Formats: sequence, C-alpha cells, structure tokens
Amino acid sequence: MKEKSKIDVFLPALSTAALIGMWYLARGLMGEERLFLLPAPHQILAAFSEKGPALWAAALNTGQGALYGFGCAVGLSFLLALFLSLSPRIRTAFYPHLMVLQMTPIIILAPILILWVGAGMKSVVIITFLICFFPMVVNTTQGLVSTDANLVDFFRMCNASKRQEILWLRVPAALPYFFTGLRIAATLAPIGAIVGDLYAGSAAGGQGGLGFLTIVYSSQFQMSALFATAFVSCALGFVFVGVVLGLSWWSLHKWHESYRKDG
Amino acid sequence: MIPPVASSAANRPPIVRFTNIVKRFGDGPPIIDGVSLTAKRGDFISLIGPSGCGKSTVLKLMSGLLPLTSGEIVVDGMQPINAREALFYVFQEPTLLPWLTVKENVEMPLKIRGRPGPERAAAARKTLALVGLAERADFYPMQLSGGQKMRVSIARALSMSPELLLMDEPFGALDEMTRDHLNEELLAIREQNAWTAFFVTHSVAEAVFLSNRIVVLSANPGRIHTEVTVDLPYPRTEETRLSGEYQRLVAEVSRLLRSVERLKTAA
Repeated sequence: MKEKSKIDVFLPALSTAALIGMWYLARGLMGEERLFLLPAPHQILAAFSEKGPALWAAALNTGQGALYGFGCAVGLSFLLALFLSLSPRIRTAFYPHLMVLQMTPIIILAPILILWVGAGMKSVVIITFLICFFPMVVNTTQGLVSTDANLVDFFRMCNASKRQEILWLRVPAALPYFFTGLRIAATLAPIGAIVGDLYAGSAAGGQGGLGFLTIVYSSQFQMSALFATAFVSCALGFVFVGVVLGLSWWSLHKWHESYRKDG
Repeated sequence: MIPPVASSAANRPPIVRFTNIVKRFGDGPPIIDGVSLTAKRGDFISLIGPSGCGKSTVLKLMSGLLPLTSGEIVVDGMQPINAREALFYVFQEPTLLPWLTVKENVEMPLKIRGRPGPERAAAARKTLALVGLAERADFYPMQLSGGQKMRVSIARALSMSPELLLMDEPFGALDEMTRDHLNEELLAIREQNAWTAFFVTHSVAEAVFLSNRIVVLSANPGRIHTEVTVDLPYPRTEETRLSGEYQRLVAEVSRLLRSVERLKTAA
C-alpha cells in the first residue's frame, strides 16, 4: 500500500517534469519573432505574481457566479426531480422541454439572456444555472424512480404514507444518483460562469471575472497573463469538484457499495 | 405438536381463511385458480410447488400487495389490507435500507407507524438479541454477510410482534449450512412467541423441517395438489433431521413434487 502511494506521487511528478522540459525545448526550436506565442513556465509564474490581485479578484468573481448558479441549479433541479418522479405521464410531458434546453448551445442563449436581464452577475448566474440544471434534473429523477421495488413493497407493508415513502425511502435511495449529477454539474459550473462572463462580464463596470480578464489580456497580447488565467480557471474547477467529491464521500462512504473497501 | 398459543385460541377465528381464491393478471389465464385453505393460529404452513404455481403470489395476496380477482381472503377477521398491523412480510432479499444501521433498520416499521423512540429501541434490542445480532446493532448492512442480513430482516419483521409471518423463500440465496442453521434458529425464536407462518420454499428438506403442514401446489393454473401433515414433534433440532420419520416425509414430499412437475411438463 505504502509502495503504491509513493508511485502515485512519483509518476505524475515525473510526467510533469518531462512536460515542462518539452515546453522549453519547443521554445528553443521556435523562431525568435514567434516566441511571444508560447511564454515559458517561469514567465507564466512571473505573470502570476504581477497580475496576482487582478487574477484573485476575477477568480472570486467567477467563483461567486458559479456558486450561485450551481446552488440554484441544485435546489430547483431537486424540486423539479421530485415533481417529475411522481408519475411517468409527468415525465413524458416535460422531458422534451428539458431536452430542447439541453440541446440548445448555451453560447447562443447567452446574448438573448443578456438582452433580457442585462449584463453583469445576474446573467452570469443564470447561464451557470442553465448549464448545470439538466444533468442534475436527469440524474436525480432517475434516482428517485429507481427505488428497489421490494423496498417500496416493504414500505407499503408498513402502511407508510406517501410523504414517509419519499422522505425515508426514495430521497435517500436517490443520493448516489444525485451525487453523480452533482459531480457533472460541478465541472460545468465554472465553465458556465466563465462563458457567461465572456459575454456579460465586460459591461459590469470593469469588475469582471475570469472570462472578462481573458478578453482584456487577449486584446493586449498578454500571453503569459492569458496562460495564468487559464491555470486559475483550472484551479477553480478543481475546487468545485473537490468540494463535491468530499460531500459525496461524507454522505455515502458508510453505506454505499462504491466506497466499500476491498476484502 | 405446536404448543397452544393462548388458552382463548380455540374461541378465536382462524388466523387465515382463503375461500376459492382466483388471481389473474390482466386478461391472462389464472395464476391461481380456486384455492381454499384455513390456517389455525400457530400453524407453520409451507407452500411448495413448481415455479409458476403462484406461491409467492399467494403471499402477496395475503398481504394486500396484490388485489384478488375473485374469492375471499380473511386475515385475523379482516381484509388483508386492513390486517397489516397483524402480519409481516419477509422478502426473498433482505430488503434492508443500506443507509441505515442494523438497529435503525429494525426500528423502521415502528418508526413508520409513529411509535415513540424508546419503544422502538426496546423492540430493536429485543429482536436483535433474538436473532443473535445484538453486537451488530450499529453496523451498516454492507458490513454484514448474507445470512446476517437475512437475520436482520427477520428481526425487523418480529419487531412489530406480528401474529402472522409471510416468508417468501427467505433463505433461498444462502448456502445449505447457513440455511439449516437459520431454520433451527427460526424455530427456536418461534418457541418464544408462536406466530403463524406461511413459508414459501423450493427446498423440500426445509419445508419438512419447519412446518406442521405442507401444501403442495400444481402449476398452470396454481391449485392445491395435496396437503401433507408433518407430525414430527416440536421443538425440532438437528437430531430431527436424522429421524426416520423426517427422512420418510422428505422422500414422500419429493415424490409428490416430482409428480406435480411431470403434470406441468405434460400440460
């Protein structure tokens, strides 16, 4: 076990070092006049310290938008999933609309939304919400309707009310599905917020997020700062997924087979 | 035979009475066609027969999980759906809630019926001790073996102190050793509070060991073929399996079952 964890650290470290080496090698092979297209890792690090406050503020801004949109998606999708789980007829009636919403690229919807609610945080939140909503609804609904038929019979045998059946049986049984949706939504939330910000952040009085910063830096050919922004966006994604994985572990590890230790 | 349940048992109506019951699904042929049967309080009745004879369906009808097509079932003087305080169902699978501990699982039927916490805890303690799992009260089902899960399922059924226990092949998925052991335990538990049992099984040996009555059903449609009375005295133990009478009964019921299955293939 101990040996394995050493290798688990060593292998990615080795491949990262190799990647950085190749990065410098690529720069060595490039012509002088094009070098600015691929800033060296140490130049990107320098951009981090130089643009630190701006990057931090933008990350907080985007993180906030992502969190609000994600939160709304979780809450509303849960309520909608409860409603959809009540009968197959209800699902037949509403699934097509959900599909249409899912199939419409969010990038096309963004300008429409901005015209409706105006630029700024509000539209960032709505765009994040839209991108997170579908996987949450679908997974949670699936979970709520996949309850083991024997367990449902067991609750009937106990003369359980519909409310007891939902609260004590269907909702906890749906938790693993809910967390699958949550994991997908967590990877999408920062992307949604950045897409929203690309369109809607710029009008918010200069106080934009990572999307807005990307527009600013690219218009000024600040390549190192652009790479730094990309790394910050990546880190934001890790924070979201990390928190969700932690929550999932916390609620499932004691009883769910997926966390069963081997042997 | 079975020790008398209560002195007033003789005056009380039979715990279960089927009158000419018929069950069909949709427009299909009847699964069960004209079964009549009366169970006295304290009877341990095994239902045995080829697959498709509707043994599990009979249990579902008795518990009101399925509606009858025609005929009548009276449980403890009531329609099945109103008799749920008096009966409990033990499913083929343990059907435990995996997110609850063993103790919380056993308390669930009482919790659903709104019984207070201390009463639930006392019932769980008592029935878990009965099935020998008192020490596992705070475990999750995932941490238990198949046999232990089934014991928890039985403890849960007993927590309601039912008068009638419906068991649908509860030990079908277990290995023979575990099954024999749980059969002995089940009878030992019953010595303490003699509920009536309807027990569906595929195992002739199990049926003979547990029951005082074995009902052999034929298939397509499900009808009562024969009823065999098992006169082995209770309490039954490991020794019972060695007795000549036990072996004779196993042979007899096996023969009946084979003849019923031949009927089925001929049809």
